[in-house]
Amino acid sequence: MELLVASAIGILTAAGIYLVQRLRTFPVIIGVSLLTYAVNVFLFASGRLTIAAPPILNDAETYTDPLPQALVLTAIVISFGMTAVVVMMALGAYLGADDDHVNEPAESDPAKRRSQDREDAA
Amino acid sequence: MMHWIALPIILPALVAPFIVLAARYHIAIQRVLSTAGVLALIAIAAGLAWQAADGTVTLYRLGDWPAPFGIVLVADRLATMMILLTAVLGLFVLLYAIGSKWDERGRHFHALFQFQMMGLMGAFLTGDLFNLFVFFEVLLIASYGLMIHSGGNRRLRAGVQYVLYNLLGSTLFLFALGAIYAETGTLNMADLAGRVAMIDEGGSVGIRVASVLLLLVFAIKAAVVPLHFWLPSSYANAPGPVAALFAVMTKVGGYAIIRVYTLIFPPDLEITSGLHSVWLLPAAMVTLAIGMIGVLAARKLDRLVAYSVIGSMGMVMIAIALFTQAGIAAALYYIVHSTLAGAALFLIADLARSGRENLDLRAAPMVAGAPLTAGMFFAAAIAMVGLPPLSGFTGKLMILDASINAPLVVWIWATVLIASLISLVGFARAGSTLFWKARAVPPPEGAEPASPPSALSYTAVGGLLALLAALTVLAGPVHRYTTAIAAQLFAPAPYVSTVLETPGKLSIPAEEH
Repeated sequence: MELLVASAIGILTAAGIYLVQRLRTFPVIIGVSLLTYAVNVFLFASGRLTIAAPPILNDAETYTDPLPQALVLTAIVISFGMTAVVVMMALGAYLGADDDHVNEPAESDPAKRRSQDREDAA
Repeated sequence: MMHWIALPIILPALVAPFIVLAARYHIAIQRVLSTAGVLALIAIAAGLAWQAADGTVTLYRLGDWPAPFGIVLVADRLATMMILLTAVLGLFVLLYAIGSKWDERGRHFHALFQFQMMGLMGAFLTGDLFNLFVFFEVLLIASYGLMIHSGGNRRLRAGVQYVLYNLLGSTLFLFALGAIYAETGTLNMADLAGRVAMIDEGGSVGIRVASVLLLLVFAIKAAVVPLHFWLPSSYANAPGPVAALFAVMTKVGGYAIIRVYTLIFPPDLEITSGLHSVWLLPAAMVTLAIGMIGVLAARKLDRLVAYSVIGSMGMVMIAIALFTQAGIAAALYYIVHSTLAGAALFLIADLARSGRENLDLRAAPMVAGAPLTAGMFFAAAIAMVGLPPLSGFTGKLMILDASINAPLVVWIWATVLIASLISLVGFARAGSTLFWKARAVPPPEGAEPASPPSALSYTAVGGLLALLAALTVLAGPVHRYTTAIAAQLFAPAPYVSTVLETPGKLSIPAEEH
């Protein structure tokens, strides 16, 4: 159980970091999503792994820590919203510039840059 | 129970949806509501600061649940000073946005602005680490909207980069929080202070990893080298007033480092010793150097200002990394100074844009209003570089004075003084190219003269410069107050006992213990 959860977190994180380094918006967003899945499982595990126990104090001997579940829920909602925002912005940037690199283009061509400036000012 | 502490968060949280729902198509009503909201915020923040000035720590329990089970808001000297600074900065930025009509160039500027204020206020007031994460996200998501306000390809692209970088930072923050919870079983800052101190040397691996992760997260926010890459392009591409408001966002990182590393991981804690002196201090010195070299190397005015913000953050972090009372006091003075100076410079960069095609540091014909803009640039640049007579000079003196007993004093003095010289050259070159040489370039034939920026814009920038002047004149009292803040931070017992021992609902009455 511990090995399974730990390796799941590790593999998700490794895959996420690899994808983030691709530096094009689609893989990077997928990579960030994988990282948030990894951190959700990690948060969940931070309250210790207990099987078949209620997340509330009652007469039973064992119980699951309810707080990490609340934290995970918050984290899921926030990361979901943030991912939606970044998808919209990345789409806008891609459609506008016809280029999906995350980095800004090298400013080697002054003429091209000035035409971009005029476009921005307009 | 004092409900006033929750108001700085609740007020913008109510004003923002009201603006969206009721005044959606009426920019004039939005402006009035937004300005009134910020004015009320200043009044509340000033009241809270007044109340905290004598050293009382005020507590607000959300839902009346006692800490560490419920979430608490805590108003001490440090938190109230930061919210007052944020509210005052917010007013001038808002006036500029109205005066320059930036708020008309896209939708929902005022609503996003209010949400941004809400996130900032919450981040300063909260007494719970997970709640700090939530308020970070509130201020970030509002800043994403503000960052791409009025659109444009280049801005959208810089915005995507900014959002992705911050998403990675948030993920890191969650990893740190998970590790802290797994090790201690709490996320309340005051409770953590006691629990972390109880961890013995042998089982401290997890908490040490967590403390480093947390430092990394706050260093991303504070743009400490090597985690500063997001700042120049996102601040330079953001609209002028938004970039000016962002000047306080790097300080949120500085604030979080001060709070967490005096309360939870204090400098005399055995298990995390070396974190500040071995890692943070050299990183801060490199930040200062890189920032000021960037000022010299920048080819556009907005990038130059962005790099000067990185450099000033390096200066703040040097003072913080000393982790002495004098160091924190100097850092807090410099935080106030560099927030105001950075914001003024971003607004002036936006003023200089009127009538120009871009902000490249090349001579272009004189534009309307240039003499006044040039004068303001001169004053703000003096403040940022740290020449007498403005507050950058007094702030730098305090930092040099605080570091006199540090082991690395030679390095600190050398870095600070050489970096100031470099930034002086950079700002002088930029100013003379932009404003001085403009007289030598004749305006092109038949070009329509651009109208000068409005009086309200100049008033907003002038207000920030006046605050800088006031900060210089009142350097003595302000420094005494920041010293009192530092004293409170280094004696956290009243903070901890106020948070943990105030009973809430369902608390067992004291006599039954």
